[in-house]
Amino acid sequence: MLSPIDFLADLFNPDLAFLPKALAVAMMSSLVCGVIGSYVVLRGMAFIGDAVAHAVFPGLAVAFVLQGSLVVGGAVAGVLTALLVAVFAQNRRLKEDSIIGVFFVAAFALGIVIISRAPGYAGSLQQFLFGSITGIPDEDVLVVAVSGLILLTATFLLHKEFVLVTLDREMARAAGLPVFALDMVLYVMVAVAIVISIQTIGNILVLALLITPAATARLLTSRLPAMMLLAPVIGASSAVVGLYLSWSLDLPVGGMIVLVATAVFLLAWFVAPRHGLLVRRFSRRGADDPEPEAPLTEPPARRGGAGNPAQ
Amino acid sequence: MTRGGLSRAGADGIDVDALSVDLGGRPVLTDVNLRVRAGELVGLLGPNGAGKTTLLRSILGLVPTRIGTVRIDGVRPAAARSLIGYVPQRHEFAWDFPITVEEAVLTGRTARIGWMRRPRAADYRATDDALERVEMAALRRRPVGELSGGQRQRVLVARALSLTPTALLLDEPFTGLDMPSQELLTDLFTRLAGEGHAILMTTHDLAGALHSCSRVCLLNRHVVADGSAIELADTAVWMRAFQIRADNPLLRVVAAAADERHPASDALTH
Repeated sequence: MLSPIDFLADLFNPDLAFLPKALAVAMMSSLVCGVIGSYVVLRGMAFIGDAVAHAVFPGLAVAFVLQGSLVVGGAVAGVLTALLVAVFAQNRRLKEDSIIGVFFVAAFALGIVIISRAPGYAGSLQQFLFGSITGIPDEDVLVVAVSGLILLTATFLLHKEFVLVTLDREMARAAGLPVFALDMVLYVMVAVAIVISIQTIGNILVLALLITPAATARLLTSRLPAMMLLAPVIGASSAVVGLYLSWSLDLPVGGMIVLVATAVFLLAWFVAPRHGLLVRRFSRRGADDPEPEAPLTEPPARRGGAGNPAQ
Repeated sequence: MTRGGLSRAGADGIDVDALSVDLGGRPVLTDVNLRVRAGELVGLLGPNGAGKTTLLRSILGLVPTRIGTVRIDGVRPAAARSLIGYVPQRHEFAWDFPITVEEAVLTGRTARIGWMRRPRAADYRATDDALERVEMAALRRRPVGELSGGQRQRVLVARALSLTPTALLLDEPFTGLDMPSQELLTDLFTRLAGEGHAILMTTHDLAGALHSCSRVCLLNRHVVADGSAIELADTAVWMRAFQIRADNPLLRVVAAAADERHPASDALTH
């Protein structure tokens, strides 16, 4: 196994120029996914995230066949599928999750059919599905950086609206917010975050980048700002460690990043302050006292019913 | 139509005039007339499916109306968003969201703060003031998930008050709360009405509504009756509104509430 020092040396080795590019893309995309994923986790829309992840596939396939921009192709397909789901979900006879189930598999199937028409089909399919650290063109690094920056800016600008829509949709409507449009914007942002992450981690595993770091951060804090800072840090750290392990042990990079992130999640599950399993087991009373202000105003509890001998 | 001394300048509360609403092609509300003046606490009673929530949503401008008009202080709902404080049912709110009490109250001002802007001093002041009014200032930094039911309800009221509205719409604020919490909230609503808010509240607690509301409105697709506890002493309107038999124990509550007050004038039945 390679030592971290050797890994650092390889990163600066001009013969291995693809390695720092892969690291940059993996870190940037996991950073963005951590931030966007915080909304996904809090809204309980992990299944929609999964759907969008699959739905971008035909777009990637078309872009690949036409030699166009993967980011644009993927985002268009993701948004179209999200819109279809939103429209079809208006029919009350079927629940939204069934509609999502129908459309995302259909989108994925379409992607497989389209990409089968492309030359070099098997290799590119595997790269799409499972990710790769080689063969990332220079301009893709730039595309990922710019799209990531746009996403983070949009998050910053729309944050309070996203929060209100997540907290209470009826109140958001009553306040006059365009709830449907905000949902669509969030779906688009999820789609773009997924597309820029697919390069290294692959289409199948990309959901982990969106969900796992944000879920881990949620275990560690009850404050949204802290969660949205912690999730990208966890994601980016998992990307670095995962890439290092992948490179030094010659294992698939997407799989290693996800496994590292999952290990961090499990660690948080056991040792998280206040909510962790170990903390709950070893602290005598629950961390969450529903009304700690009450004892301050109430008289001290009296013992038994037989009067107070001390008086 | 009287404009009492209680009403603030230009504030004359909620006016629903000959309102009919269809949902999914079926009539839900037919020819509903309802006034809530500034300073009034009006209870909206009716069986499940009577259209109580639809009426609230019409006043908020969230459902298309077939005929009729809704005015808040003389303004159409779409233009009156900051005049109405809306308090939805507690289960509408994501209580597991990692947010503190004061942050949750501040979200009430999201639309007023405006797109791509951050809260300013006035927004924080309004939040502080709303928290004081519902007596939740001491718990301002508590995550909302750690609050009791009554405290949660007060957070929702504070969020509605953060807009300094003239009208308040409360959707079943008492459901699932214990008696002390209900009493505390009733006092709060009475006080807010006394300060000149026009308050419309849906509830299933008939006894409580008859006791604390200045008027109750019995709704079942249309307004069956509208008046004070004394004015609604006639049990026939209750039997009609709730479609119950003459021996239903509910009617004894109604009679008791009427006895509690002064001799009756005629009920304003429709």
